[in-house]
Amino acid sequence: MADKVLMKGNEAIAEAAILAGCRHYFGYPITPQTEIAAYMAKRMPKIGGTFLQAESEVAAINMVYGTSSAGYRVMTSSSSPGMSLKSEGLSYLAGSDLPALVVNVQRGGPGLGGIQPSQSDYFQATRGGGHGDYHMIVLAPASVQEMADLTITGFELADKYRVTAMILADGTMGQMMEPVELSADSVKTFDKPWAVTGTKMQRKHNIINSLSLVPEELEQQNFARYERYKTIEENEARCETFMMDDAEYCVVAFGIAARVSKNAVIAAREKGIKAGLIRPITLWPFPKKTLLDAADKAKAFISVELSMGQMIEDVELAIRCQRPVMLCNRAGGMIPTPEQVLAKIEEAAGGKM
Amino acid sequence: MGTVQILIAGFGGQGVLFAGKFIAYKALLEGKQLSWLPSYGPEMRGGTANCSVIVSDDPVGSPIVSNPDVLMVMNLPSLDKYENAAVKDAKIFVDSTLIERKVARTDVDTFYIPATQMANEAGISTLANMIMVGKVIRETGVVSYDNIVDALKKVVSAKHANLLDVNLKALEMGYNYDK
Repeated sequence: MADKVLMKGNEAIAEAAILAGCRHYFGYPITPQTEIAAYMAKRMPKIGGTFLQAESEVAAINMVYGTSSAGYRVMTSSSSPGMSLKSEGLSYLAGSDLPALVVNVQRGGPGLGGIQPSQSDYFQATRGGGHGDYHMIVLAPASVQEMADLTITGFELADKYRVTAMILADGTMGQMMEPVELSADSVKTFDKPWAVTGTKMQRKHNIINSLSLVPEELEQQNFARYERYKTIEENEARCETFMMDDAEYCVVAFGIAARVSKNAVIAAREKGIKAGLIRPITLWPFPKKTLLDAADKAKAFISVELSMGQMIEDVELAIRCQRPVMLCNRAGGMIPTPEQVLAKIEEAAGGKM
Repeated sequence: MGTVQILIAGFGGQGVLFAGKFIAYKALLEGKQLSWLPSYGPEMRGGTANCSVIVSDDPVGSPIVSNPDVLMVMNLPSLDKYENAAVKDAKIFVDSTLIERKVARTDVDTFYIPATQMANEAGISTLANMIMVGKVIRETGVVSYDNIVDALKKVVSAKHANLLDVNLKALEMGYNYDK
C-alpha cells in the first residue's frame, strides 16, 4: 500500500493521469485549474511525455483529438469559459468515437464570470456542450482521493466505450488538500485496433473522421453510438448513499455540495429528522434507479447545487415527479452552508413545500 | 478529540497558507483525518488570505470552516471579519504586534502573541506565522508537538532545507511563549 500524501485536488488529478498511463497533456492556463497544467509541465518532460501549452483552448482540444486518434491516452483540462471553447472539439471527438479525458474545474459563470467554485456547467457537461447527439461520461469527485481515483476510472471508461470522459469538479475540489493514496496497480488498459498507428502494409488503413455526408450512414452511426450509450447507462451509473435506509427527506448533491450536505444530514438526524443523502458520482449516466427506489420511502427530495438549479431536473425525471423536489442553492461562486441545507431539510420536514 | 475546525487568516505573504499546511501535514503524520482549503484568487495579493484546516478522528464533511473552534489572526481585517464567527469557547490567537485592539468577545479564550515583533528581534522576520503556530499547538493540542520536525520536512522543500532550523526555532519560540 502506498503512503498517504497531502495533495491539492488538481495535483491529484495530474498525478493520477500519469499513473493511468497518460503521457500527453495539452492545455491552456485558467484559474482555478492551473495547478494541473503546472504539474504536467514539471513532470511530463521527466517521464518522456508531452506537456504543451497550446495557443488556445480550441487548439488544445484538437491536439487531444489527434493524439487520441493515434491510440494514446491523452487529456486536457480547463475551467468553465475554457470548456465552452473546447465544446466544438468535444463534439468532434464524439463524432469520431475517440476516447479522451477532459477535466472541468468549474468557476462561476456565465461569461467570463468569476474564479470562485461553481457547479453551473452541469447542463453543459451532461447534455454534451457541443452540437449533435452525444454524451460524455461525467464523473463528479467529492474528495481529493476521488479526484485521483475517478481520473483513472475516466481513462478506463473512455477507452472501454470509446467516449470522452469528463471530470466535473469545482474550484474547491481543485484547491483543497486532503490525504490521498496513489497507485498504478489496478489500472486497466484496452486494445485500440481502430487507432491510426500505421498499417505496416499488413492491414486495411483506419480512418478517424466525423464527416459523413450520406444521411442513411450517419443515422446508423448515431444509432450504433446510442446502443453504446445504453450499455453505459445500464452498467456505469454510480452513486454513494448515506443514511438512506429509512430516509424520508432525501438530499441529492454532488461534489462540494455533497460534502456540505453530509454535515446537514447528520445535523438533521441529531434533531430527529430522518434525512439521507444520495451523492451521484456519475452525473451522466445519472443514477436514476437509486433515486427512483428512494422515492418509495422519501416524502421529499432536496437538490443542493452551486447553480440556479440544473441537476434538479434530472432528479425530477429520475423519480418521475412522484415527490416534490426542492432546490437549495447558491450561485456565482458562493457555496451553501450546512445551516442553509439543514434549514431546507427542516422546511421540508415541516411540510412547507 | 473529535473534530477541530481551524481558521487561519492574515495578509497575503504572511504565510498563513503555509502555517495551515504545516498543521495539516502534522495531522497526516499522526494518522488523523484532515482537510486544508485555501482562499484563492486576486484577494491573495496584498489583501487578505485565509485557510480552513479541519483535523478530525472521523472523515471530514464540509472542508469549509465558517465557525472556527480555533482562530489564528495576523491582521486587523481578519480579526474584524472572523471574531464573531468563532464558536463559543473558541480559542483565538492574535498577533498583537500587528493587531492593536483586543478581542471584544468575552465567551472565548484569547491569546495575544507579539509574534511579528518576536520574529523581527530573533532575525527571522518572515516566520511570525510559525511562532503563532507553536502557540496554537501548545494551547489546543490539535496536533502533538512530538516529532514536529518530521512535519516540517514535509512542507519545507529539500531545496530550502536550510530553512528547517529557523522554522523549528520559530515553532519553539511560540510553543514556549508563556504570557
